[in-house]
Amino acid sequence: MFKDIFRKTKYVTIQASPIQKHSPSEGVEPVTIRKKELPDGLWVKCPKCGEVLFTKNLDENARVCTACEYHFRISARARLGILVDENSFEEWDSEMLTQDPIEFPGYNDKLLVAQEKSGMLEGVLTGRAKIEGVPVVLAFNEADFMMGSMGSVVGEKIVRAIELAIELRLPMVIFSTSGGARMQEGILSLYQMAKTSAALGRLAEHHLLYISVLTDPTFGGVTASYASLGDIQIAEPNALIGFTGPRVIKQTMKQELPKGAQTAEFNQEHGLIDLIVGRAQMRSALARLLLYHQEGAKYGASV
Amino acid sequence: MAHQFDFEKPIMGLIQKISDLQKFSAEKGIDLSQEIATLEKKVVYLRTEIYGRLEPWQKVQIARHPERPNFYDYVPLLFEDFIELKGDRLFADDRSVAGGIALFHGTVVTVIAQVKGKGTKENIKRNFGMPHPEGYRKAVRLMDQAEKFGRPILTFIDTPGAACDLAAEERGQGDAIARCLQAMAGYHVPVICTVIGEGGSGGALAFGVGNVILMLENSFYSVIAPESCASILWKDTTKAKEAAAALKFTAQDLLRLGVADEIVREPQGGAHNNLHQTAEELSQVIAKYLVRLREETPEALRDKRYEKLRAIGAYEEKVVN
Repeated sequence: MFKDIFRKTKYVTIQASPIQKHSPSEGVEPVTIRKKELPDGLWVKCPKCGEVLFTKNLDENARVCTACEYHFRISARARLGILVDENSFEEWDSEMLTQDPIEFPGYNDKLLVAQEKSGMLEGVLTGRAKIEGVPVVLAFNEADFMMGSMGSVVGEKIVRAIELAIELRLPMVIFSTSGGARMQEGILSLYQMAKTSAALGRLAEHHLLYISVLTDPTFGGVTASYASLGDIQIAEPNALIGFTGPRVIKQTMKQELPKGAQTAEFNQEHGLIDLIVGRAQMRSALARLLLYHQEGAKYGASV
Repeated sequence: MAHQFDFEKPIMGLIQKISDLQKFSAEKGIDLSQEIATLEKKVVYLRTEIYGRLEPWQKVQIARHPERPNFYDYVPLLFEDFIELKGDRLFADDRSVAGGIALFHGTVVTVIAQVKGKGTKENIKRNFGMPHPEGYRKAVRLMDQAEKFGRPILTFIDTPGAACDLAAEERGQGDAIARCLQAMAGYHVPVICTVIGEGGSGGALAFGVGNVILMLENSFYSVIAPESCASILWKDTTKAKEAAAALKFTAQDLLRLGVADEIVREPQGGAHNNLHQTAEELSQVIAKYLVRLREETPEALRDKRYEKLRAIGAYEEKVVN
C-alpha cells in the first residue's frame, strides 16, 4: 500500500555473481571475505588473549583467533562459504528492498551506508544448500547491515524461507546475529517477531527440524523470536546473547552484570543453549544433526 | 486536579478563573453570569481544540498517566465474573501479569493482562508492569488451557516493556517471549488483543498476536520507548518528544499501518477522566468482534490470524538502478 508513496529512487548497484565456495578441508576462504571487514587494519588485536593477528591470517582461519580460538564476527557470505557444499547454494529473494514505511529520519541514508558496507541489499541472506550432502534451507543475518536488525525485509525473507522449507520438506537452520527489531520501521519491525515465530510454529507442525545458531551478538527482538525457537539451540563460543543489551541493563537498572554474563557459556549454564560449537566444527556438527533428523531416521531405521 | 500536564494548563487556568469569578460574584453580590458563560464556552472550545489534536508525545503522557485505569480497574466493569489463576508452575507468580477465567457478556473467556501498579508501593510489587519470564510462561500456561477448553482469549496490553534485569536474562526472557508469540499464533480459538495503555516493545508484543488488535484512543504501541529511541538517535533522552513523532506509534498510526483493527474511543482528555465510559466503549467493541470471530471455524481462526501477521511489513522486490 505504500509502494507508490515511498518508492525510493537511489540504490546501490550490487553484482549478483554467485559466491565462490571452498570446502572447509582446504581451510582457506580468501575470496568470499570482503576487504571492507576491517577497513584500514592489516593487523587486529585479539580482545581475549591480546595476540596481534595479521588480518589475512585471521580471515583464512574463518576469523577465529589462531592463538586462543576467540571467535571474531564474520560476514554472512563468508560464513556461507565455510559451511555449505561447493556450488550447492541457491540464493532466494535477493532483490527485496524496504520502503521506509514510516519515513523515519535518516533511514534512507542509513540503508545506503549499510548496503555499501555489507555488499548486501538487506540484513539477511536466505536460500537452500547442502551440508555434507544433506539438503537444508538456510538464513544468515548480516552484522554489517545495521547490526543485523530485523525490519520488514528481514522478517519477510526469513518467513518465505521457512514456508519454502515446509513446501520442500527440508530442515531449517538460521544463523542469527542481530541487535534486535529495527527501530526505523517502527511497529512493522516489531511484528516481524510475531511473523517469524508463527512461521516456525508451522514448520514444527510439519515435523521439520529447526536448528537455531546464535552468534555474536544476538539480542532484543531476534532473541525474543526466531533465535530462541530452535529444536536445537547452538551458540558459537564467546558469543554475546541476551534480551536486553548490557549497556541498557546498566543504565536503566543501575545493575552491574557479573563477568561473563550473557556469553554463550552463561546462557548454556542457565539452560538456554544445547550446544556450544566452534566455527571450525560447525559444518560437521550440523551435518550430523541434519542426518539424524532426516525422514528415514524415524522409527529406529538406520541412517 | 490531582495531576495535570503542561498542555492542559490553559484549560485548568480557565477553570480556575471561572471558579474565582463565581466566588467573587457570590461574595460581592455582583452578577457575572454572562462573563462566566463566555468563559465556560471557551473551556469547551479549548478542550475540543487541545484534546482533539493531541501530539504523539502528549498521548504518551496520557497513556502513562499515574491514574490511567489499569486492568484491575476494568475487571468489575467488563466481566460478570473473574477468577484469577496464578503462577507459571516453574518458578514464581509474576504480579505484573494477571490472568484467569472470566465471564464476558455471558461467555466464558480466558483473560491475560499486563498490570502496572498505582503508586510506588504497588508499582514495586508489580515491577512497574514489566514482566519477567515467569509472567510470559504463566500467560502461555493459561492460554494453552483456553485452547484445550475452547475458550476465546482476551489480552490486555499495558507495559513499558519486558523486565530488563539480570534475573530476566538468567531465566530466558527471549525464550519466554518467543514461546508466547509462537503459542498465540497457533491457537484455534478467537484471540482479541487490546492495548489499554503503553505498548512497550517485545514485552508488549508477547500478548499481541491476535485475530483482532484494538487500541484505546490514547494508547501507543511501539518497537522502542521514545526515550531509548532518542538516546540512540540523538544521544539525548530529552528529545523523546521528537522520537515519539518519528516512531508513528499512536493508535491512529497503527490503524493506518494495518496493525490495529479499530480504535476504542476514550472520554475527552483520556480514560482516567471517566473509567465507566471507557469500560463501556471497550466492552462493546470487544463484544462486537467476539461475536464475529465465534462464527469462524477453529482452522479459519488460526489461518486468518497467520494471514494477518503475514501481511504486516512494507517491501518491494525489483531492484531499480
